Amino acid sequence: MKPHSNRRFIRDLARVAAAIVLTAFTVGCGHLMGMLEPQPAESEFGWGPRASQHQLYTATLQPTQPLKARRLLTVPVRITDAGGRPVDDAVILVDGGMPQHGHGLPTQPRVARALGNGVYEIEGLRFNMGGWWELELAIQTAAGTDNVTFNLTL
Amino acid sequence: MIRAPLAALAFVALVAASPGPAVAGPPPAGVLDLALDTLEPLPPDPSNRYADDPAAAALGARLFFDTRLSSNGQVACATCHVPQREFQDGTPLARGVGVTARRTMPIAGTAYSPFLFWDGRKDSLWAQALGPLESLVEHGGDRAQYAQVIARHYRAEYERIFGSLPELGTRDAATAVFVNVGKAIAAYERRIQHGPSRVDLFIEAWREKDVPPADVLSDDERKGLALFTGKANCVQCHNGPLYTNNEFHNTGVPRGAAPDRGRFEGIAAVRADEFSCASRWSDARGGCPELDFLAPPAAGHERAFKVPSLRNVAARAPYMHAGQFGTLAQVLDHYNRAPTAPAGRTELHPLRLDAAELRQLEAFLRALSGEVIAPAPDSRFVQAGHGLPSRN
Repeated sequence: MKPHSNRRFIRDLARVAAAIVLTAFTVGCGHLMGMLEPQPAESEFGWGPRASQHQLYTATLQPTQPLKARRLLTVPVRITDAGGRPVDDAVILVDGGMPQHGHGLPTQPRVARALGNGVYEIEGLRFNMGGWWELELAIQTAAGTDNVTFNLTL
Repeated sequence: MIRAPLAALAFVALVAASPGPAVAGPPPAGVLDLALDTLEPLPPDPSNRYADDPAAAALGARLFFDTRLSSNGQVACATCHVPQREFQDGTPLARGVGVTARRTMPIAGTAYSPFLFWDGRKDSLWAQALGPLESLVEHGGDRAQYAQVIARHYRAEYERIFGSLPELGTRDAATAVFVNVGKAIAAYERRIQHGPSRVDLFIEAWREKDVPPADVLSDDERKGLALFTGKANCVQCHNGPLYTNNEFHNTGVPRGAAPDRGRFEGIAAVRADEFSCASRWSDARGGCPELDFLAPPAAGHERAFKVPSLRNVAARAPYMHAGQFGTLAQVLDHYNRAPTAPAGRTELHPLRLDAAELRQLEAFLRALSGEVIAPAPDSRFVQAGHGLPSRN
């Protein structure tokens, strides 16, 4: 057997094994899909400051009011670079969803306004049920693109 | 996140332990969230500057019951939205001049919803009200005809609210009057609200005393509430004081008479709607955030339909967007089995509830009944039932 087909065999085997484990888990847990995607530790939740994946930026959510379900929300976020300096020239894309329910955000939020001092407004955000939500920001500047994920509890 | 399941578990344990000594503690968040007194004040509708005008609401109430707003003189809004029946008609498909493809929706509390209809193809109550008026199978007439009805029968009331009636004869003039008909009806409809149910009394008493009251809900109803917020996780979509997140979901319900893509097509329709918040007929001056941040149609919207409120659900058979299920037991059986969707992908997963649990959930749903509060219509309408008396 050639090395690459060998690898493929192992990969396929791993997939079958994963499928069996997954099925057993699903049957065991009933509809509670949530068990499939382990929830991060409590310390991973909150408004930040939170470092981006490759440490290029730090993001901090600065909501002016508690994040409530079913409302269209505007949430300010402050972005600083690795040296702690505010980043004012970023293009920020917003995504997210509920990992335990397999769905994304019900709206298409965006960052259209920079308020200065590294603060931007995320507009049009809505959480339509209680539970664990991920809010992902893709931050792009001349220094590079990096992602930061917030874990939020509604 | 850890907190909510723990609280739900505590609640399950609490209920399972009854009728033993009551365990003290506040209701879990998912339960608290259902109490009617946590409902926020009626949200403003910037697209309708007459929304909170009592004179517009009074005119709207009369128009709501007026069968002259139809091609055959026999159909009013109230023909399908029957006040004595939760403002719906109890039949699988609505019958106006003809037969529609979907079930009549109730009205109470819909002023809280950003998108109306089963597919959310309208973004305000006034835009919603205009749809059936020009539907060939509902009221069957058109704006020119309705503008004439206003000119002939409602001129004084109309002009007191909206200013002079325009010279009729152009489509624009007819549309201007037609839009105000919708805005008046919406001013009436947004005042149609839910009153408290026994479940509200239960949650409120529990919240106040930190102990679930023993004499408000039956044992089955209490266990049903624990299932609703716990194992069955109905609150995933039926959350908040109106028991709806006002979103659209594919729950794999069987086909109705015709293929129906639901929200997938509703998104394009509301964007293109002649009477949307962004249209020239809207009064919104501060933008239309619900439209602005509307996500484009995606696979997840296929056969997704509006999550209806569950308040008074026991009085509103048959169920689903085309009345596919005749009883609550059938609905619960569907959610318990979570069959494959006819199109798109169901968001349900089998619940594995046993017969006793299904009975408890149904008992809970039946305890969600309460009064529907509507502004008292003009006394003439009380005598006339669904139609207007002759006003010669």
